Amino acid sequence: MKLSEVLQVIEGKVISKDVDLETEVTSGGGADLMSDVLAFAQDDMLLMTGLTNPQVVRTAEMAGTAAVVFVRGKIPPPETVALAEQKGIPLLASRYTMFETCGRLFKAGLPAHGLFELTVRRWHDSFEGTE
Amino acid sequence: MDLPSDKKEITKLQELTYELKIEDAMSRNVFTVSPDASMADFREVLRANRISGTPVMEDGKMVGIVSIEDLIKSLAAGQLQLTVRERMHPKPVTLYADEPLVHAVARFSELRFGRFPVINRAGELVGIVTQGDIVRTMLKRLEISYRAEEIHRYRASHIFEDIIADEMALVFGYRVKPRDFGHAGEASSGLKRTLGRLGIHPSIIRRVAVATYEAEINIVVYSDGGEIVAEVRPDRIKIEALDKGQGIPDIEQAMQPGWSTAPDWVREMGFGAGMGLPNIKSCADVMKLESTVGVGTHLTIIIYLDRVSPGRSAG
Repeated sequence: MKLSEVLQVIEGKVISKDVDLETEVTSGGGADLMSDVLAFAQDDMLLMTGLTNPQVVRTAEMAGTAAVVFVRGKIPPPETVALAEQKGIPLLASRYTMFETCGRLFKAGLPAHGLFELTVRRWHDSFEGTE
Repeated sequence: MDLPSDKKEITKLQELTYELKIEDAMSRNVFTVSPDASMADFREVLRANRISGTPVMEDGKMVGIVSIEDLIKSLAAGQLQLTVRERMHPKPVTLYADEPLVHAVARFSELRFGRFPVINRAGELVGIVTQGDIVRTMLKRLEISYRAEEIHRYRASHIFEDIIADEMALVFGYRVKPRDFGHAGEASSGLKRTLGRLGIHPSIIRRVAVATYEAEINIVVYSDGGEIVAEVRPDRIKIEALDKGQGIPDIEQAMQPGWSTAPDWVREMGFGAGMGLPNIKSCADVMKLESTVGVGTHLTIIIYLDRVSPGRSAG
């Protein structure tokens, strides 16, 4: 899905400069915990988050996410925008809640990642034999 | 996404060793000594020119090679009056100027000499090459101007990056300041960019970047400062995160997903949810965590370049 379509679906705005709206995102994921993002993010993913500090951009950079959408109408501080522009990571904003933003995109066909791999084994161990 | 096990990734660095010739890396300004010079004279040649060894020339012909190690042995034996001829190694192993650089790399790893004289096909001495020359030349080709650009850049933010040649490994070091969330991630970002320039596979870079970033955040949050050292070899990348500080009392507990001692200010930054160490483990092929309470923590991460991680799917 192109960023131009993402903007339509979430009725969003572009926050950072020089954003190429033709940029493709291949999946989406939402979290406010950056370590969780680092654990499940994949290349060319669209990240939805309510956190606005510069570490969001660092996380996106390390995890290779294509763009970030700030949900719940939160606008990041200038230092976050500046870092994103330096790293070439597009920043978008949505007035909707996390669930609504993600739900709209999922409904419009943007895939998710399914299980959270980091805890899958523990989950299995925890519930084995109880069902 | 699994790579066929017999298909090894050839990095840009390895490619370059085939593309470049020894003459592209060698130093053409060769200092020499006469076999009749004393070891004391030889010491002055080394000192004046800041070098560690020279070919020995007699009547326009190379008759041997002598190095700082030979000088040290003479010094230890109190025999500085001996001539170079008595301490030199005759019939030095040479390389041809038009050979691909990979031949020099192979000779260095095979013979463990500090330098090789370089000759042309007519047998004339035209240069001398050290491992440092090779690494510098390759990094220059890859536009990794670590001394000029990176260090200069990071000095401004109190993080330095250095690189030294140790055999054919590249070592990058970064200082990480405690409690400085504004700059947290710069070491990982610098390492990620450098690995990209070295032509490392993107899925490997991702794992290195995520693991290093989590380690860097831990140093910022929990320690009194530390450093991250990344050693890149053709077969693997080793990242060591060392810090001074409170240490970890119970490593097994700290490894549990969701277990955290993070203060509120860390949680407000989006970290401290107890997923950092499990994240690092899932990115690493080998992870070793050692810690002494009240002293500090030493984390070692190894990621192999020629295989896909068992813990985490690539991409």
